[in-house]
Amino acid sequence: MYRNLRWRLLVTLAVILIALVFLLPSAPGIKGTTLGKILPDSAINLGLDLKGGIHLTLGVDVDKAIENNMGTLGQDLKASAREENLAVLRPNILPGPRLEAVLVGADKQDAFEKLLAKSFASLKIDAKEKQPEDRVRYVLSMTPAYKKELSRLTLDQAVKTIRNRIDQFGVAEPDIRRQEGNRIQVQLPGLTDPERAIAIIGKTAHLEFKIVDDSVDPASIKAGLVGPGREITTMVTHGSKGGANETPIVLMKDAVMTGEYITDARATIESNNNQFAVSMNFNARGAKVFERITEENIKKRLAIVLDGKCYSAPVIQDKIPGGRAQITGSFTQDEARDLAIVLRAGALPAPVSVLEQRTVGPTLGQESIDAGIMSTLIAAVCIVVFMAVYYGFAGIFANIVLLLNIVLTMAGLAAFGATLTLPGIAGIILTIAMAVDANVLIYERIREELRLGLKPADAVHKGYDRATLAIIDSNTTNVLVAIILYQFGTGPIRGFAVTLVLGILMSMFTAIFVSRIMFDLYISKRPANAAVSI
Amino acid sequence: MSFHLIKPNTNIDFIKLRYFAFALSGLMILIGAISLVSKGGPRYGIDFAGGVILQTKFEAETKVENVKKILEATNLPGLVVQQLGKAKDNEFLIRTSIGDNVSSAAVQKTVSEAFDKDLAGNKYTFKRIEMVGPKVGSDLRGKALEALYYAILLIAIYISGRFEHRWMAAGIMAAGLFAGITALQYLNAPQVWLVLGALLITLGLCFLLKLNYALGAIVALIHDVLVTIGTFSILNKEFDLTIIAALLTLIGYSLNDTIIVYDRIRETHAARTEDPLPVVINKSVNQTLSRTVLTSGLAFLAVFSLFLFGGDVIHDFALAMLIGIIVGTYSSIYVAAPIIVSLTPEDAHTPPAAPVKPIKRGGVKPLEV
Repeated sequence: MYRNLRWRLLVTLAVILIALVFLLPSAPGIKGTTLGKILPDSAINLGLDLKGGIHLTLGVDVDKAIENNMGTLGQDLKASAREENLAVLRPNILPGPRLEAVLVGADKQDAFEKLLAKSFASLKIDAKEKQPEDRVRYVLSMTPAYKKELSRLTLDQAVKTIRNRIDQFGVAEPDIRRQEGNRIQVQLPGLTDPERAIAIIGKTAHLEFKIVDDSVDPASIKAGLVGPGREITTMVTHGSKGGANETPIVLMKDAVMTGEYITDARATIESNNNQFAVSMNFNARGAKVFERITEENIKKRLAIVLDGKCYSAPVIQDKIPGGRAQITGSFTQDEARDLAIVLRAGALPAPVSVLEQRTVGPTLGQESIDAGIMSTLIAAVCIVVFMAVYYGFAGIFANIVLLLNIVLTMAGLAAFGATLTLPGIAGIILTIAMAVDANVLIYERIREELRLGLKPADAVHKGYDRATLAIIDSNTTNVLVAIILYQFGTGPIRGFAVTLVLGILMSMFTAIFVSRIMFDLYISKRPANAAVSI
Repeated sequence: MSFHLIKPNTNIDFIKLRYFAFALSGLMILIGAISLVSKGGPRYGIDFAGGVILQTKFEAETKVENVKKILEATNLPGLVVQQLGKAKDNEFLIRTSIGDNVSSAAVQKTVSEAFDKDLAGNKYTFKRIEMVGPKVGSDLRGKALEALYYAILLIAIYISGRFEHRWMAAGIMAAGLFAGITALQYLNAPQVWLVLGALLITLGLCFLLKLNYALGAIVALIHDVLVTIGTFSILNKEFDLTIIAALLTLIGYSLNDTIIVYDRIRETHAARTEDPLPVVINKSVNQTLSRTVLTSGLAFLAVFSLFLFGGDVIHDFALAMLIGIIVGTYSSIYVAAPIIVSLTPEDAHTPPAAPVKPIKRGGVKPLEV
């Protein structure tokens, strides 16, 4: 009966050893030592609710990106058509988004459709109708596959840009990941100023250079009457005593250049008025473009538009070679620094909005850790004392495996690199109660069998066998529920589900397998009829 | 000699007490329901309703009425100010609802400006800032309901298969449930109706397929969830994600108790078939009573420690678990087991001479007219 005891002991010792190997890197003072280098890298992470930090859920406006892309496609289409000697009127974007393109010359339909099939596979023809003056109106839309691909690219690009910005800002161990429904989850441990974090992450930073149209009189601007190809934008200026004024300004709708050529941007101080500004450098191609547009627009004003607002519109005195430009505005030092980061890291492909934000300050995190440890200790002490008093020797076995269960659960967390959250600590406390439950079940069963007159060894044997099935059955439902929680829960809840599953699995091992070894050892050393302490 | 909380050979007639227990359960659910209806539904926390929370700590002594008065002047929508911990902690939870275009930063700014103006010199920090937008709030609500629905489905299948060895019937039930829910989804029914529909379909199918153990277990766990939700409503507590986690955990926990009792019923049933069903069930409940009381007592102790010392953030979670442990233990003894007696027709209580019915039931028993 006890033949395989040695084998079972070996398994237990091996498990304990493996557990210690995984657990040690999480202990303070191990990292960096020679011992720490041999041990595995994964350790228990503390969740933001314990460590302090900012959790953000951002919604990416993919529809906007698709609409922008549609606009670009329209311009490309017009340009390509011109190369093929086809006349297409300025394409319009309809809701959907769909693209309206009007072809001049009904006899050119075949050539136009050939061009569409050859160079614009991403567009399909929704509708086509003849119009007066020998025109044909096409309504085009994107193919679903292209739209899907575009959404994916937009989201990837957004994640990359946000990661860039956070890296430049300097946050240790940020966690940025895509979520379903065009969302991005950002976790910034250690940061406590959500306003600034959002300002850096959430700014689209879409930089455009546009030519100002100064020919429109103020009355027309007020009435909103501007010619085709022009738009009214807000101009932000700063008074001599600080504070921003917003005035309307008329710009040509098409940007002559965008921020994509920026290689570097940094905050500078203007020498004449001690204002903070951001100066930018362009790459070689950008420098060439900038030189050309400044040359073509001498004596006109060049507006620098960031996210739809014009910050400055200096008059171009001469062509500007060298690829440098500057944004001035009523910036504070932090604002200028953050804007430089954002420009360096690149623009977001679509606007993002903050859907959810959770910030935990470091004091609250530490308080939660302390309270968590305190309540776990008190719960454990209460249970340990009770078990020892109620079950005697058997209770002490139960307590030893309880301790082992906690060690194994923590080791499991470390091995999976799981995150320990405050609900996770609650999960550990619950696990303690559930781990004891397995022992209580077994012991109550052994007591019952003893009362029925079985010999101690037989009673232990039968008690373990009978209770095992009940333990597995009852714990299965707990595991089922925990898996569902993991599937549907958010960060902290997931931490809870993980500790619960690990704790239950480990408790089955410790209570059924390990505690039995101790019992068998205890019984085997005694006469067959000696009473057991249970 | 060792201790005994419950004396060996205890024999309480739980079956006889069952009508009293059913009445008590009905009453508890009714009181909870009245509280819910009179308060216009459960009180949702910001996880589900959307809104902003600022946990604020002042350095100097500050009265909660004072904080309330100052903030009321700012016209923040849906303002609630609560004292946290002890009065000497000077810690408050400020909650507001938000519109579509108001950011947490704007709320934070409004509150800061009010404090700087009216409580000048009294330093404060925001220990926790949370903002949940309306979209995320409704998503989280949907997810919580979905989790409850899947929990019920999986548990019903598991118990039918495991306890009645009728995986086939369990499969039919799963298929029926799936079909019903798909139909409801097709009709674009709101999520609450989906979950209610899932519950009713599950209960109906369990009843039709004579899956008595599954039916008993599910009735017991619905009972536990309803009583806990009702108690939360009476205590005026908020529902947020952690409370849903607590509800799901207590479903697992209460089921744990129920299964131990069912396991014993199954075992006793197999061993001594001459006893009528009510006697078998009563015996089984009494035999497992010691374990049930001990385990629940220890679990209560552990969670009570969390409730007392775990801090404000986890306080309500612990409270829900405490209520759940009590109700779950009660329901395993007084609801889940006796209901099997009530569900089994009177003439089937005493089994025939043959211990197991030789008829192999593959699935639905044909309806007898």
